[in-house]
Amino acid sequence: MTNMSESVAPVEKFETYRKKKLFKNRQNAKKKTWVEWRKSVRKNWELYLLLTPVILYFLIFHYFPLYGLQIAFKDFIATKGILGSPWVGFKHFERFFDSYYFWRLIKNTVGIGVFTLAVSFPIPIVLALMLNEVKSLRFKKFVQTVVYAPHFLSTVVVVGMLLLFLKTDGLINQVIRLFGGAPIDFITEPALFKSLYVFSDVWQTMGWSSIIYIAALAAVDPSQHEAAMIDGASRFQRIIHINIPAIMPTIVILFILNAGSVMAVGFEKVYLMQNALNMSSSDVISTFVYRSGILEAQYSFSAAVGLFNSLINFFMLIMVNHIAKKVNETSLW
Amino acid sequence: MRDSNTDRTFNIFNYVFLTIVALLVIYPLLFVISASLSNPQYVVSGEMWLWPKEFTLDAYDKVFKNQDIINGFMNTLKYTVFGTVLNVVMTILAAYPLSRRDLKGRGVIMAFIIFTIFFSGGLIPTYLLIRDLGMLNTFWVMVIPNAVAVWNIIIMRTFFQSIPHELQESAMIDGCGNFRILWNIVLPLSFPVIAVMVLFYSVGHWNSYFQALIYLQDQDKFPLQLILRQILIKGQTDDMIQTTSESFLAQQLSVEGLKYAVLIVANLPMLMLYPFLQRFFVKGVMIGSLKG
Repeated sequence: MTNMSESVAPVEKFETYRKKKLFKNRQNAKKKTWVEWRKSVRKNWELYLLLTPVILYFLIFHYFPLYGLQIAFKDFIATKGILGSPWVGFKHFERFFDSYYFWRLIKNTVGIGVFTLAVSFPIPIVLALMLNEVKSLRFKKFVQTVVYAPHFLSTVVVVGMLLLFLKTDGLINQVIRLFGGAPIDFITEPALFKSLYVFSDVWQTMGWSSIIYIAALAAVDPSQHEAAMIDGASRFQRIIHINIPAIMPTIVILFILNAGSVMAVGFEKVYLMQNALNMSSSDVISTFVYRSGILEAQYSFSAAVGLFNSLINFFMLIMVNHIAKKVNETSLW
Repeated sequence: MRDSNTDRTFNIFNYVFLTIVALLVIYPLLFVISASLSNPQYVVSGEMWLWPKEFTLDAYDKVFKNQDIINGFMNTLKYTVFGTVLNVVMTILAAYPLSRRDLKGRGVIMAFIIFTIFFSGGLIPTYLLIRDLGMLNTFWVMVIPNAVAVWNIIIMRTFFQSIPHELQESAMIDGCGNFRILWNIVLPLSFPVIAVMVLFYSVGHWNSYFQALIYLQDQDKFPLQLILRQILIKGQTDDMIQTTSESFLAQQLSVEGLKYAVLIVANLPMLMLYPFLQRFFVKGVMIGSLKG
């Protein structure tokens, strides 16, 4: 036993010595960062002053609502405030999951999200690839000027145009009548809502979304194309084997961002296109939150629905990013 | 270089395809312009399909005599100007310090700001906050809750970082303070990015209706987009025509013309600015994509 302790003692000594040194180092480091901070603040106090309103803004208008989110687990009573209202656990979530609306809302939200991703995402890529093959600069400029334009129209204007064109006596139905067909009431038909939503979205955004791919294509090294041409590759082959791989990282990043927001279908356009007759396919989570929260003042319940939605969005983004990292080398972080 | 046969067919197909795309995009816009300048009778009957038929400015006359539209237009102008000034100032305040590598705690502050993209309190807690702050139905609610956009901070920061370091360092050695460096050296070099920001933000203000829908109650504070929504989407046009002494059918027709004219008037500033917008917006997307 004594032998053992003798052999242990130096080790222990060394350990305590090492710990002490580590501790001292850490203290020194702390002191050092403290000194660095003080130096930085003294030197750049103006910069911190400039940042103050910005930080206050984010604290008040972005972080305080996060704190306010606790009302999703409470029965919010205005006179008692956020803190004073009684806790009720998952009551509001359970009510939402059990409600008649739940599956309808999920189906519509996911449906519109996936449909948009499937159609609105690839079209700008094709557009960019084809614009890249145009040799006439004037023609290219003309097409670009035209397809970017709808980006600057407001949602109200785009939906207003849509309604004017699709009325029973509107432009589209006049064409249908010209060919001997019966007029269709597009706007109130639930089966058509999603297509109208997605294709008007394509009309408005395809040009603008293609800019980022056009920029990526402009960076492709022309010597790659020259080499491929000498080897006898056709235009089409060069697009497939040179251009598409070149913009792949951009495609992946944008796909992550878009796929991550599949459940985050925006309020503005859906709400404007909604009417009593197409509700069965046009009601999504964000419009439901607006109705039950702002119009019917069920604050706790709709805060719970909103929280459910943003949690899903958050995890979707993380998941898609993770998958992209595994499959490809590109990811957001 | 001579094109092979397959390349030539590809070329033809490409031009045809892009021409069709351009026509599909431009036709609805042309139709609206022509419809607003035509006798509404021909628009309803389908006889007007490309160029104005029986040219008239009647609809525009009605639009500019409508008090709601004029009022909405002025409100939007007010919200856009004040909002954009605040936005650009706040973006500079955020972006400049965060572009400085010698700023301690810059990573933490950046993370603090970027986090809000990924997770937010959502509509209801924000609404309750605005209500408790007493901002409901005021001018401020149209300007302050969206005082700065994270994405634009990132774009501007990227631009500031591209300004050569030595420029600021040598100024510092000459005894120039941070405020003066920003004001006299950095900002004069940043005209392109400031122009991009002004355009980004002002188009956003001009086109938005959500903020007003949620937070405003008085009709006389409504921006143009909400008035447009009443006319185009909810079909509330009765009060606009009841003053005129036309027959019911004629009234219906003039409402049609009015809707097209309203669409044009609402986009007039954007249409006039479009050549600038296009150039600067594309530039903005490019600056942003460096980092993105």
